[in-house]
Amino acid sequence: MGLTIEASHIFKAYNGHEVLKDCSFVFDRGGAYALLGPNGSGKSTLFRILSLLERPDRGQVRYLENGRFISADLNLRRRITLVLPRLGVFNTTVFRNAAYGLKLRGLAKGEIEARVNEVLDMVGLTKKRWQPALGLSSGETQRLGLARALAINPEVIFLDEPTASIDPVNIEIIEEIILTVKSRREATIIMITHDPGQAQRLGDHLLVMKNGKIMARGV
Amino acid sequence: MESLIAGLAGSTILGVNLVELLGIIWLSLKVSVSALAIVTLVGLPLAAFLALKNFPLRGAVINLFNTFMGLPPVVVGLFLYLILSRRGLLGFMNLLYTPAAMVLAQTILAFPLVVSLSHAALVKVDPIIRQAAMTLGATSRQQAVTIIQEARYGILAGVMAGLGRATAEVGAVIMVGGNIAGYTRVMTTTIALETDKGNFALAMALGIILLAISLLINLALRAVQKMGRTESGIILWD
Ligand SMILES: Nc1ncnc2c1ncn2[C@@H]1O[C@H](COP(=O)(O)OP(=O)(O)O)[C@@H](O)[C@H]1O
Ligand SMILES: [Mg+2]
Repeated sequence: MGLTIEASHIFKAYNGHEVLKDCSFVFDRGGAYALLGPNGSGKSTLFRILSLLERPDRGQVRYLENGRFISADLNLRRRITLVLPRLGVFNTTVFRNAAYGLKLRGLAKGEIEARVNEVLDMVGLTKKRWQPALGLSSGETQRLGLARALAINPEVIFLDEPTASIDPVNIEIIEEIILTVKSRREATIIMITHDPGQAQRLGDHLLVMKNGKIMARGV
Repeated sequence: MESLIAGLAGSTILGVNLVELLGIIWLSLKVSVSALAIVTLVGLPLAAFLALKNFPLRGAVINLFNTFMGLPPVVVGLFLYLILSRRGLLGFMNLLYTPAAMVLAQTILAFPLVVSLSHAALVKVDPIIRQAAMTLGATSRQQAVTIIQEARYGILAGVMAGLGRATAEVGAVIMVGGNIAGYTRVMTTTIALETDKGNFALAMALGIILLAISLLINLALRAVQKMGRTESGIILWD
């Protein structure tokens, strides 16, 4: 069980401006990584590439299972997920947002309901499950993003600034949720944060984005 | 039922024969709704295709539809007349002066409007929605369905605007329908021609009903647009 991610010699430029320059790193299965770095240093770009949303200009991202490379097809894409910094909430109820990924996978109704209720309970949105998701506060929205991602039981979860621009109470709730996910040891967690304290609290490995590369920053 | 019709046959309102009035209203609705059904069935997939698939000359095709949104009805009527008339391309089908010809005219008039407005609604969907769908494991087909679902209010608004245009139109329908009593007489053509003949009672009665229908369509349109803005309302997800 578990996926290891190997990024090797990734290059990515936008309009001639090189964002990622020969970026290589191995994320071991089951680890919890926190990535720091200034705005515009290419963290989100790297996440989109690692989560197979975007292709690098050069270099490659490979996933390994039991020491063997596995192909980057839909099947693999469905074992990983990225929680975007701006979520992209669907204009429907909280419940249906959380159920989205399961529905895509063609799960039975009862199964979907059970799983969605579980994750909504985990993020404290059970009471709001029939409300329009676009009416949620920013903290609740971010929690819904987590629920939506966790519903599909991802083996790797990328979190792009999951607590940016939300209130301290919600930050604490979200950190608790992430710690719960971590304690279950079911998923590799890779997150971007601007808060070194948060990186310490949630991550086992601290990384920094610098000059288009990932560097380890001690433990 | 028969006695009801027989009773109605003699009755008049403001000197207007009730059965005739109802017949005209019924035909109007039948023609416009048929036209809209065709427009929706063909136009919505086309709008989705234009919005979600990239292909050469896509921009030109979209521009064409935008331009045709404002097609002058009499010009459509003229072309359709020429095509459907005995020596026209489709003359052999004998469609001129039939309800089918009117359906065709309204279809042509409403089609670009519905395609353009639905297309606009689809491209207005935040690109982040597609990304979110991808992160959750959507195939490209599922991504497309998600985008269409997100645009549902705008699409519905486009369809209703099309219905509005179809029901209110007179120029093309009169040219290819001919306003034949009991056969191709619809509300707008009756109003136009009865006013000409000085038969104001019927024209007024129909005018008021047509206005009420337009009002209803407009109210529904506003409601849909409002639902889209307040992000509540109907949920078409399943
Ligand atoms: N899709 C894009 N198109 C053009 N430029 C982009 C795109 N995505 C990112 N960039 C640019 O790449 C640089 C890095 O962006 P990003 O990866 O979002 O950084 P970070 O997440 O570290 O703040 C920025 O200068 C940004 O403007
Ligand atoms: Mg970023």
